[in-house]
Amino acid sequence: MDSALIPEGVKRCSFGKFILWIVIVGAVLLWGVVAMLLCWFKGLNQTNMNDAYGFALWIWADLAVIALGGGAFFTGLLRYVMGKDELKNIINYAVLIGFICYSSALLILGMDVGQPLRSWFIFWHANVHSMLTEVAFCLSCYFAVLTIEYIPLILENRQIDRVPFFHNLSHNMHGIMAIFAATGAFLSFFHQGSLGGTPAVLFGRPFSFREGVLIWPWTFFLFTWSAAACGPCFTILVTWITEKITRKKLVKQNVIMLLAKIAGWMLATYTVAKIIDTWYWATVTAPARGFNFMDFYSNNPLYGPWILVLEIVICGVIPSIILITKTGRKSSFLLISAVLLAVLGACVNRWVMVLQVMAVPVLTFESWFMYFPSWQEIATTILPVAYGIILIMISYRYLPIFPQEQEIEEEKNASIFV
Amino acid sequence: MKEEHKHVKTKKYGMVIDLDKCTGCGSCMVACMSENNVPFKKDETNKLDSITWLRIYKLTNGKKFPETDICYIPRPCMQCEGEHGHAPCVSVCPATATDYNHETGIVSQIYTRCFGCRYCMAACPYHARYFNWWDPVWPDGMEKSLSPNVSPRMRGVVEKCSFCFHRYQLAKNKAYAQGRRELKEDEYQTACTQACPAGAITFGDLNNHNHAVYKLAKPDNKHGGRPRNPNAFRLLEKLGTNPKVYYLSTREWVRRAGDNYIKDEGKLEHH
Amino acid sequence: MLPFSFEWAWDMGHMVFMGGLWYALTILGLGMTYCIIMAAVDTAKGKGSHNH
Repeated sequence: MDSALIPEGVKRCSFGKFILWIVIVGAVLLWGVVAMLLCWFKGLNQTNMNDAYGFALWIWADLAVIALGGGAFFTGLLRYVMGKDELKNIINYAVLIGFICYSSALLILGMDVGQPLRSWFIFWHANVHSMLTEVAFCLSCYFAVLTIEYIPLILENRQIDRVPFFHNLSHNMHGIMAIFAATGAFLSFFHQGSLGGTPAVLFGRPFSFREGVLIWPWTFFLFTWSAAACGPCFTILVTWITEKITRKKLVKQNVIMLLAKIAGWMLATYTVAKIIDTWYWATVTAPARGFNFMDFYSNNPLYGPWILVLEIVICGVIPSIILITKTGRKSSFLLISAVLLAVLGACVNRWVMVLQVMAVPVLTFESWFMYFPSWQEIATTILPVAYGIILIMISYRYLPIFPQEQEIEEEKNASIFV
Repeated sequence: MKEEHKHVKTKKYGMVIDLDKCTGCGSCMVACMSENNVPFKKDETNKLDSITWLRIYKLTNGKKFPETDICYIPRPCMQCEGEHGHAPCVSVCPATATDYNHETGIVSQIYTRCFGCRYCMAACPYHARYFNWWDPVWPDGMEKSLSPNVSPRMRGVVEKCSFCFHRYQLAKNKAYAQGRRELKEDEYQTACTQACPAGAITFGDLNNHNHAVYKLAKPDNKHGGRPRNPNAFRLLEKLGTNPKVYYLSTREWVRRAGDNYIKDEGKLEHH
Repeated sequence: MLPFSFEWAWDMGHMVFMGGLWYALTILGLGMTYCIIMAAVDTAKGKGSHNH
């Protein structure tokens, strides 16, 4: 039915099956949209946030998707600026994943603010001293970059490409993509960093406060670093999931290996830096403000030292070791476990830097603040996942996302005949 | 605009609350809500989503009878100065909706500018900032008794204690009309100060050596405003927020409750 | 964002920060303008019509 739109030389499932899955995932999306409309029309009383938990699930989701979407900027940097040419075979997908992550982040932010119609104030009345201003600026600019990187892909659709203007536009955009990618990397460095700075500049919150260099707290660098490490891991993970669902290899293993190796070294060095940061914070920064290390990890039903072990050892040290060793990368099981752990590690880190910050009591006569999100918060957090799946489904079906797909298919067929 | 008041002496309005006098009656809270058109809900039991610019906390020393002792701590906005006006909440606001006024030392909140990101709330360790989770609704007829000097806030913005800044503006207007540039101590007083039946709250200019607040707290303005009165303390002094609300108590456990200490650190420092 | 908003100041913070923003926006704007103009020129020259 829609075969004229499907890229040449590749096979896709039937249109009926495709629509069925769109409807199933669309139902989840609709659930999220209902919750979103409730939040917009009735206000944030629809959430379980409160005056102690002004930042909650949504801000965590924002930080997490932006960290995981970091695969786009880092792969782009490696491909266009550092000349790692093999990565051209995964960059399209990295861009698509980044686009989904960043558009989701903007959508969530649009729900999270109390007066969404005033969001433009952040630009117009910008306070240049606020980390959030820098986040907003770079995030929206980088979303523009991702859109610019995604447009040529759309233009390469078989039918759109027939129009000479679109064909030429796509060609010209590819021609100067390095400039856009470099701008994107510049913007990403700052907004990933600023997101790290967001909790770290809160000098009223000893759990998140960090010293640093000039105006940048240490977490500024740690967040950028971890996004560069865990973003590509997320790209690998989503590629693997896509391959499992489509039941075919889409990206050659040497490309995955290269990205995994680079991500592994980024993760290993990040983990070392994170351990040093945690050590310094626990022994110098926090005690200077009257806090013992265990004050942050006791007397509450959830946050114990386990979360630190999970974040740094299980989701930092272990995947680092797997990814930097050739044997580790070669085993499919170990590789996927490692990228999964790395992704989980980034999510745990963002959780800790948002929700645990809010939970820890600072005044001596207050106790831990615990919070569980409302269904509206959960539904609106799942909404971007459903939206992402739908966009991937449509893009995979109609756009040449994986340049190696046809080649791999042909090689497979050839080997069968041999 | 920034330079026009240079000829007027810089003020640092602050508060001293004598915790040994405070009975926890809540008059200050009621006065504050009434004065500042603070919205309320039918059910105010959940203190995590109801607005109380001034909130009273109840503390105990944790000991059993007969040694048991309690103390009430009224907590308005601390109007932190931080370092050079970099209050925890001011520097983080992305839309410049909150500002440190160097002329008065008061941290403002511009309701029509705030777009409700709540970063300032995350930044404030005192939980002095409140979000309007609901539209403000007053019982029928009560809107007629709202103060015309304070704008009510809309859903989705953050609000907090302003040290009754409108009273400062009114007093200033009056003084200007009378040809004066300086206010007398009693011309600008907050609603909570005047409502306290025990006289526990004192308000004034911490820069003015003749004002009662200065005499009570004896702030060392060269060292971040630290109190020189051994019975005076500020909440979370160690964080460097540099608040302008001082507390007085002769009881060591109360003073010690004002800050966090590692293990046995500083146990004797107030003796 | 623009010098017309009243809290604008010609200080280091604004110059560096807003400079960065306008630098990024300019690159993106000029880059896209270049691509669109070149695509129009190429199309006028008849490029791209031979494929398919």
